[in-house]
Amino acid sequence: MSDSPNKQSAALLNNQWLLIFICWLIATIATLGSLFFSEVMGLKPCVLCWYQRIFMYPLVIVFLSAMWPTDRTVFRYAFPLAIIGWCFAVYHYLVYSGYIPESLQPCSEDVSCAKIDLELLGFITIPMLSILSYTAIILLLIIYRKKTLS
Amino acid sequence: MKKLSIIITALLVLLSVFAVASYVYKQEKADQAGENAQKNASVLVRDYSPTLGNKEAKVTIVEFFDPACGTCSAFYPLVKQLMSEHPGKINLVLRYLPLHPNSDVIVSIFEAARLQGKFWQTLERAYTTQQAWIEHHTARPEQFWLQLGVLGLDMERLNTDMQSPEVARRVQQDLQDAQQLNVRKTPGFFVNGKPLIEFGYQQLRQLVQSEIKATE
Repeated sequence: MSDSPNKQSAALLNNQWLLIFICWLIATIATLGSLFFSEVMGLKPCVLCWYQRIFMYPLVIVFLSAMWPTDRTVFRYAFPLAIIGWCFAVYHYLVYSGYIPESLQPCSEDVSCAKIDLELLGFITIPMLSILSYTAIILLLIIYRKKTLS
Repeated sequence: MKKLSIIITALLVLLSVFAVASYVYKQEKADQAGENAQKNASVLVRDYSPTLGNKEAKVTIVEFFDPACGTCSAFYPLVKQLMSEHPGKINLVLRYLPLHPNSDVIVSIFEAARLQGKFWQTLERAYTTQQAWIEHHTARPEQFWLQLGVLGLDMERLNTDMQSPEVARRVQQDLQDAQQLNVRKTPGFFVNGKPLIEFGYQQLRQLVQSEIKATE
């Protein structure tokens, strides 16, 4: 266990199945987390949140199906979803941080996408968590792709 | 098989974390809501608030309502039924929380009808004819006006009375009190000052019954 952490993590990354398992964990945590925000805490999702959810939720099922039994073609199905979701997440980030003027953003009056409802530790926002999850999934998928091709 | 057990374990762990976190969060919120209601008990009822039932009853239901709210309309007969199941034991106090656009105008019609002693009839008329005067979640007072014919109101007087500043003041006061009591949705219920945390008719019924038992 204690001999070499580098070796250990290398071994971990070598295991292609584990990559998909981690992707699935991220997607599931993101899904349950977003449901916690909306259903338990009662924060209404704005339009852009909904688009990000639309591309995150199916990833839970896609990765799950790819893990049992192992499906090496999972990249083809998961990657497009993750990329589109990532784009919405980045767009959302630009809207609420003011880079895109409010008049251009497609939100309804009820729930503004530009309003920040929640800040964990003072700076972590929901769209930021979304960008992080999508980015992690995309990177892991790219590593997975490289490993399955070689 | 090892992979499958990893997946199942992870799923169970995640779901349990979700369930426990939800439970803890809701419990905390409920405690907060109770404390907040206790702290603001003085604004729960105003001297002008319409009441129904036995004013001396030991159990008081305070309902924040919006005339344009479909759930309020569905709850109205249920609350009345609850009152008739326990005759003389429940006092109902209504507070205004007109959240829909133009709904405050409907409230001012209620207040004006009240001066002619027809508050409850007008309220019931509003609930039963909601379909006729609500369009796209917006109240149409002129459409509701057409529904008032059967009530035998002095319409001219009604028109003058509903413009009175006192009516507007009451609506404003109720909106302010709702905010202080943290009522954001209608109908919002309090039974003897205790907020109905989990919304639903059965929950309301249980809360009322436990309060009746407690006072007997």
